[in-house]
Amino acid sequence: MKFSLGKWLLPTYVTLAFIFTMIPIGYTFVFSFNKVEKSNIAWKEFTFDNWLNMCDQPVVCEAFGNSLAIAVISTLISTALGTAIAIALGRYKFKGRSATNLLLFLPMATPEVVMGAGLAAQFLNVGISKGFWTIVVAHVMFTLSFVVVTVKARVATLDPRLEEAGRDLYANASSVFWRITFPLLLPGIMAAAMLSFALSFDDFIITQFNSGPETTFPKFVYTAAARGIPPEANVIGSLVFIVAIAIVMIVQVRASLKAKKLRA
Amino acid sequence: MATEFVARGQDLELVGIHKEFPGFTAIENLDLKIPAGEFFALLGPSGCGKTTTLRIVAGLEEATRGKVLIGGKDVTASKPHERPVNTVFQSYALFPHMSVLENVAFGLRQRKVSDPLAKATEALQLVELEHLALRKPQQLSGGQQQRVALARALVNRPALLLLDEPLGALDLKLRRQMQVELKAIQMEVGLTFLHVTHDQEEAMDMADTVAVMNKGEIEQMGAPEALYDRPKTAFVARFLGQSNIFVGDVVEENDHSISISCNGQRIAAPKKRSEKHSGKVALGVRPEKATFHADKPDLDSNHNLVGPGEIIDIRFTGVSNQYLIDVPGFGDITVFAQNVGKSPVVELGAHVWVSWKVEHAFGLSDLPLKADNDEA
Repeated sequence: MKFSLGKWLLPTYVTLAFIFTMIPIGYTFVFSFNKVEKSNIAWKEFTFDNWLNMCDQPVVCEAFGNSLAIAVISTLISTALGTAIAIALGRYKFKGRSATNLLLFLPMATPEVVMGAGLAAQFLNVGISKGFWTIVVAHVMFTLSFVVVTVKARVATLDPRLEEAGRDLYANASSVFWRITFPLLLPGIMAAAMLSFALSFDDFIITQFNSGPETTFPKFVYTAAARGIPPEANVIGSLVFIVAIAIVMIVQVRASLKAKKLRA
Repeated sequence: MATEFVARGQDLELVGIHKEFPGFTAIENLDLKIPAGEFFALLGPSGCGKTTTLRIVAGLEEATRGKVLIGGKDVTASKPHERPVNTVFQSYALFPHMSVLENVAFGLRQRKVSDPLAKATEALQLVELEHLALRKPQQLSGGQQQRVALARALVNRPALLLLDEPLGALDLKLRRQMQVELKAIQMEVGLTFLHVTHDQEEAMDMADTVAVMNKGEIEQMGAPEALYDRPKTAFVARFLGQSNIFVGDVVEENDHSISISCNGQRIAAPKKRSEKHSGKVALGVRPEKATFHADKPDLDSNHNLVGPGEIIDIRFTGVSNQYLIDVPGFGDITVFAQNVGKSPVVELGAHVWVSWKVEHAFGLSDLPLKADNDEA
């Protein structure tokens, strides 16, 4: 009997790989509906309580709120700074340009432990007490490079003649930027901001070194994991996952609708 | 910054423009004056500095030395957005994130002109594209994009409209059609057009005045007919149409003509059509002014005659046949014969004599470069 390897092996492999990657997500989602007395490790009973009262465990929501605020603030700062740097690197020739290009890769190449510890030492040196704002500073530091690299790729595809056409059509420097450069870079800037937000939101290592008493969501989950994660954390984890998937789907659908319209 | 905008074109004057780029000189001491309302073409091969000249006028490039005056006003230090100048870019450079209408209205909005959309619609009507106003530029064909770029510039009624090879990306038929339209629009709106191109036919067809540019300098300037009829340098003779050029020492000079000796045969040109009257001189004639004969003709002194030579190539181009005749000692001579049904019947390899009227010959101020000679 002939056994067709390709016919069975590939689908089986793909299915197993999918199951493997989905297990943690599936577990998190399912156990967000678990009725819990002591710990959330064994399944007891289905309930919506955790979803309805997800802030019953005040620490969970506080940590989540902190993470959200830190991610938003550090994303705003690093996106603004990173976009400016990306435009400078992509558009202008200046002294130290290639050095800047190289230095920008260092934060991406350096192990987070080293960066986190190094920054923590500096805060200690200067005598700044660690908390919310030191986390923001740390997150801006390590997300900046990713923003620059993402936006720079977009700058490279931007035809400089479009900006020249703007200048030729009576637009001064700021009008050229806001009416031409910025809208054309926007997809790249948005991608950079989302990446920066995601990196900041779930960062644990660097945060651990620079947070002091401040709690963030990853920090809370890490500590709680030792005694079994409270189901409210599962709820928030699932929520973040659903929101992220929804955003990706909306963007995809919009893009394909736009492409369809262009073809018509 | 109150720039005054005028409904009619203004004159442009370039004084001693010099432009250095790291490693090379793009423009060498250029002086140029374009009268208001004229269609002026800057013609030259790629890399001759014509686009750089245009960019200096637009303000997108800064001249190393020299002045730019528009309508008598020195704008050398003005930023591009302060100059009453608009450009139609080679690649059109339409804003991809705006509709066609918004593209056209862009300049009006920047200058806070009232009712920009109505005026933009009018400009789109001028180029017959008002029905596509709400499309995005990427949804238009090359020819349509070209018209939008034109409308976007024209709607501002600039004192000077700059066109940077605007027809370069269009196919031949569309290009010729746009040439006619561009010329008509220019006459209608009465603006000064500065058109940069490497297409000599395009330049001659549209422009009132053509300046032929080579290696950062203007070699010759004038009406297309004058330029074609009497090129003054070997470069112009060959870049603007084709030319047969003969080099020899002047052996006779009288009140009316000069003659050179070329391989033992004498070739003459009218004195008033010659730049140089002594020493080694290059004389030329256009291929369509020359004719060939199967037998040695008996011609008076008003004709030049060379031969016999062998026909080494015949090319049929529709309206005319192009014959390449190898005459020993003279090199290859090109002769155009119109297809009017009575051209002499000749075959490849036939031996013929070539003649042309002395009055059609012209004398150049310089000698052709060896490389140009080989190419021709």
